[in-house]
Amino acid sequence: MQQFWRFSVSWGVETIPEDLIIKTTARFMTPFIQLFGAYIILHGHITPGGGFPGGALIGASMILLAVVFGLSEGKKRISHDTSIVLESLAVFYIFIGFAGILAGSLFLSNRAAGFSLGNPGSLVSAGMIPALNIIIGLKVASTGKTLFYSLASREVEE
Amino acid sequence: MIWILDLLLLLYLVVCAVGVMRTDDLLSAVILFSSYSMVMAIVWQQLNAPDIAITEAAVGAGITSMLFVAAISRTSRWER
Repeated sequence: MQQFWRFSVSWGVETIPEDLIIKTTARFMTPFIQLFGAYIILHGHITPGGGFPGGALIGASMILLAVVFGLSEGKKRISHDTSIVLESLAVFYIFIGFAGILAGSLFLSNRAAGFSLGNPGSLVSAGMIPALNIIIGLKVASTGKTLFYSLASREVEE
Repeated sequence: MIWILDLLLLLYLVVCAVGVMRTDDLLSAVILFSSYSMVMAIVWQQLNAPDIAITEAAVGAGITSMLFVAAISRTSRWER
């Protein structure tokens, strides 16, 4: 019980209990988690998954970095301004949606506008769905990361 | 015979839910809820919904439990 209180009180600030096993495992696993998230995002139109689960995986890897190495180290990797820019990229979702209108059909329409629905096994084959998946993935990753960082940080803005 | 596995998983879900409800230690409740999400992902896979299974494993067991732990670290560990 006391251990948890020391851990929690000093969590957002600087001092985190040194643990070689946790640090080494996190350092080893983080690239693979992010690679798996990118795989799920990029293959969202031909395999199970999509933008949301892949983005949640990438955001979870950033949360793992913040939990193990401290919030300041995580903020050093990806600052708040960078995640603001990443979240603002979601505007391009609307612009890509207009491609359906330009092709002579409704907003965000894929098959009715003449784009293909995707062939099993070929990656670049589904019209604008991969682009929409990539945008959703970036948005969800930065949103999950920002949620945890602003909830766990000790800075009080009044 | 796969229904035995399904039955065990569903029983584990019920036990986990009751445990989350009855414990006073909120950190234990978060860990129990995380394992609930992992088993729920396997149940989704048994229901032929791999998309939902991936989402449940990533969001339910990854992000939500860490948000709960952050919330506990800002408030108190024990339920009053």
